[in-house]
Amino acid sequence: MTSTQSTDGARAHARAQAASARIARPTTPPDIDPATIVLAQRIPPGGYANIVLGRGTHLRLGDPEGTTCAHLFLLRAESPWERLNVADTVKVPWQAYLSQGHPLLSDQGRVLATVLDAAGHHDTLCGPTTEARHQLHLAGAKQGLEPRDIGPSIALFRGATVAPDGALIPTGNGPTGATVDLIVHLPITLLVANAAHPLDARPTGDLDLLAWSAPAELNTTRNDDPEYLRAVDNTEAAWAAALNSEVLA
Amino acid sequence: MTTATTRTVVRDETVPAQAPWSAIVRAGEQLEIIDLHGNQAVDCLLYSAADHTDRYSAQATIAAQRNIFLTTGSVLLTEAGTPLMTVVADEVGNHDTIAGACSQESNTLRYGHHTRHQHACVENFLTAALERGLGKRDLVSNINWFMNVPVEADGTLGIVDGLSAPGKKVTLRAEIDTLVLVSNCPQINNPCNGFDPTPVRMVVTR
Repeated sequence: MTSTQSTDGARAHARAQAASARIARPTTPPDIDPATIVLAQRIPPGGYANIVLGRGTHLRLGDPEGTTCAHLFLLRAESPWERLNVADTVKVPWQAYLSQGHPLLSDQGRVLATVLDAAGHHDTLCGPTTEARHQLHLAGAKQGLEPRDIGPSIALFRGATVAPDGALIPTGNGPTGATVDLIVHLPITLLVANAAHPLDARPTGDLDLLAWSAPAELNTTRNDDPEYLRAVDNTEAAWAAALNSEVLA
Repeated sequence: MTTATTRTVVRDETVPAQAPWSAIVRAGEQLEIIDLHGNQAVDCLLYSAADHTDRYSAQATIAAQRNIFLTTGSVLLTEAGTPLMTVVADEVGNHDTIAGACSQESNTLRYGHHTRHQHACVENFLTAALERGLGKRDLVSNINWFMNVPVEADGTLGIVDGLSAPGKKVTLRAEIDTLVLVSNCPQINNPCNGFDPTPVRMVVTR
């Protein structure tokens, strides 16, 4: 007779599993006050997440083994008709490769998030694999979104560069422990999938997500390009106009 | 390729400067887009006519061909990998699909807030989309026929002078029944139109 033949036994068994389980999480860096942390999650290969992050959240994505690939899509929380526009994200800053100060722009001329720190090995051009796209669709469905709400995405930690003739060249992963930091300018729904890159089919490893509240970071200018400053102006104007509204216009 | 002279013309229309246009191009039909005056960007979105959720993906297309430029032989794919159309002839050699469409909103960033109410491609796309039961959620990164967007070694990219000329054309063969939305780009702040939007001609043959 097994212990799970009775409801009491099944309940005790179920509770014992959680009590003894070890949950893999990213380690908290010593320079971050643990009280400010709002998210600490390790996503295994093939996994995904759908997370709402407030304005002024500092998000750190990590590649702890030098093997992950993070496919990202952002929408305005509560106003998902506004979403990441990858074409504007490369066209407006005149730059295809993500690095410090790069805005992730919405289709409404606003900054959803700014890249604070990123070293190479990212891609705005190739989009998701079939697996990653499916995971992004699942993540979106959890937020009440349909596949048509999920537009072109960006990939972190596995990059691609463009040759003079337009040919795409995969760059593989960056170093073990590579991170990408973002500051969130408007409340966002973050959809993220851990899956291979279309030009680099190697299986992925763990992906870390760590986020903490850092509203003062919005007061620091990360980029003084006129295009960027106007995007911040648009963002602040929309935020100020809708400040006491449940849903931002 | 079969030339237009031996094919039956299904439609032959001139899209005025700055205007939207849409059509369903049936499987096997060919669409010729003719840059009548030269240096005119033609923004274009494609959907399976039978299933609008199966839509053009710039990212899937360039990942599959491992090149950012569209030209003869490029197969225009949906997110799910469905071939919608194939470029069967190209007199220019280099078309963009990474820079997307101009919008009133992005114009405020690129050129300044004084451009906020200028006509832009997203307005054309929405106008054409709404007539077909589609909306803003259905708009994704598009093709820009005749627009030249190089990416330099350090990642710098931008819209530069076009490679087209009066009368040059690109020819697409529909692999399945395809809904084609077009914005004959009204942008006047960059060289994609030589700062002067002009009409283009759309010829469908079978």
